[in-house]
Amino acid sequence: MAKTMDQHFDDLRETRVWRSIFRSGAGSSTLKRALAIQQNVFLHLFSTKVRTRMLSMSATWYLGTLTLGVFLILVATGIPLMLYYHPSVPQAYADTKDLQFVVSSGMFLRNLHRWSAHAMVFLVFAHMFKVFYRGAYRPPREFNWVIGVILLLMTLLLSYTGYLLPWDQLAYWAITVGSNIASAVPLVGEKIRFLLLGGHAVNANALLRFYVLHCMILPLAAMFFVAIHFWRIRKDGGLYSHESEPATVRANAAGTQVRLKEER
Amino acid sequence: MTNSKDFIAGVDSNAKKSPRRIVFITRRTSAQVKAETEDQIQTFPEVLFRVAVAIQLLAIVLVWTALLFNAPLEGIADPSHTPNPAKAPWYFLGLQEMLHYFPPVVAGVLIPGLVVTALIVIPYFKVNIEAEGLFLKDRHSRLLIFYVVAAALSLFLLLFKVYVALVPTLIVAALMLLAAQSSPQSSSKFLRYLAARPLSYWVMTWFLFELVVLTAIGTFFRGPGWSFVWPWQGSL
Repeated sequence: MAKTMDQHFDDLRETRVWRSIFRSGAGSSTLKRALAIQQNVFLHLFSTKVRTRMLSMSATWYLGTLTLGVFLILVATGIPLMLYYHPSVPQAYADTKDLQFVVSSGMFLRNLHRWSAHAMVFLVFAHMFKVFYRGAYRPPREFNWVIGVILLLMTLLLSYTGYLLPWDQLAYWAITVGSNIASAVPLVGEKIRFLLLGGHAVNANALLRFYVLHCMILPLAAMFFVAIHFWRIRKDGGLYSHESEPATVRANAAGTQVRLKEER
Repeated sequence: MTNSKDFIAGVDSNAKKSPRRIVFITRRTSAQVKAETEDQIQTFPEVLFRVAVAIQLLAIVLVWTALLFNAPLEGIADPSHTPNPAKAPWYFLGLQEMLHYFPPVVAGVLIPGLVVTALIVIPYFKVNIEAEGLFLKDRHSRLLIFYVVAAALSLFLLLFKVYVALVPTLIVAALMLLAAQSSPQSSSKFLRYLAARPLSYWVMTWFLFELVVLTAIGTFFRGPGWSFVWPWQGSL
């Protein structure tokens, strides 16, 4: 009898090499499926089981998932873009022009990166409002909400620092307008602006600083907080579902008992 | 290679390793009611499959967008030539719109600072966790506070001529008044819904409304010198 695709895959997952890499082997038992999550350094951030109710579109609109997806797209397009880009004046602009007209698929890469960046800002805001209206910030999830707010600010900073990199008029003046706001902070405003730009105006130093922030510091920091964000979902009892909350269940159970007593 | 037959099952009776627990149920207390077990699904592979599909669909939409629309690229940065208007990225245009009305320290520092602080502290207030209908308790005193706050805010916006922010404020205030007149016994479903909305809902909805309106105004309706233009007139 010919083996099915699944059986071939199971054979593969039973090989010594596979087991040495992934630790868990083949099998579709609940235990094996749980181990596939729990034995993987990345996947173990998530819980091994999810309430079926939370998979419906209306529960979350998949906004957190989509935000992760768009972040992955941004990393995947951002790294090849770095290969064609020098963060110096005026080379940065020439490199962006080359991406548009010389590099194979350079235009597509840049388009995808830019539209995904806009999509990410939008999705992060949408995710925040959806979580708020679901009431999913309630204890014990308070701190995960705070991490979410930090991630929102990081997303804005990531987008803002990336905005300058093409070094065109649009980039230059958008960052000039934005950084002027920073100087409105009482007492230390000018110092903050100087720290951000590496000078008193948007110049080559600012471009280098924004490049390092955009490609190195902020993505790493975002990944760090995203890891905690996911891990806390599991630790805090999975995705918030009001009907399944211990407090709600207890209140309902107490209500049932009271009613039983009255009936007696 | 290990397989399941390499193990021998046995009963561990070491009391130190697996202590036994005895529950005493007295007449006064009853055993805890076990919560109904809810239907759950394995993350691997069912949930991961759905996640993959969701991300794939998003990727398809973004790839098509990237194929059809080119990212803007203007002339090289020129510090001596200021475009009019000089606009920040779209998600900051709500702030830039406020800069038009208020001094930078208010619009650029105080307001965003307050917004971020307000967002962070949401889950640490009991009123936001219990989330009961705003006007269901202490109706008279709460209505009084609402009148004072709404009037003060509207007057403040009127004084600074921030009409674009005044309109959403008045609409939300009108809905809140409607909520105050409603109760869980109201005839229409919409009124029952409004009556059950807590304070945090009203504040957040007002914020969302203002955010959308101010960002849209800043993006589409502002031209040279931050003057009001129609979207088809202005250069974006």
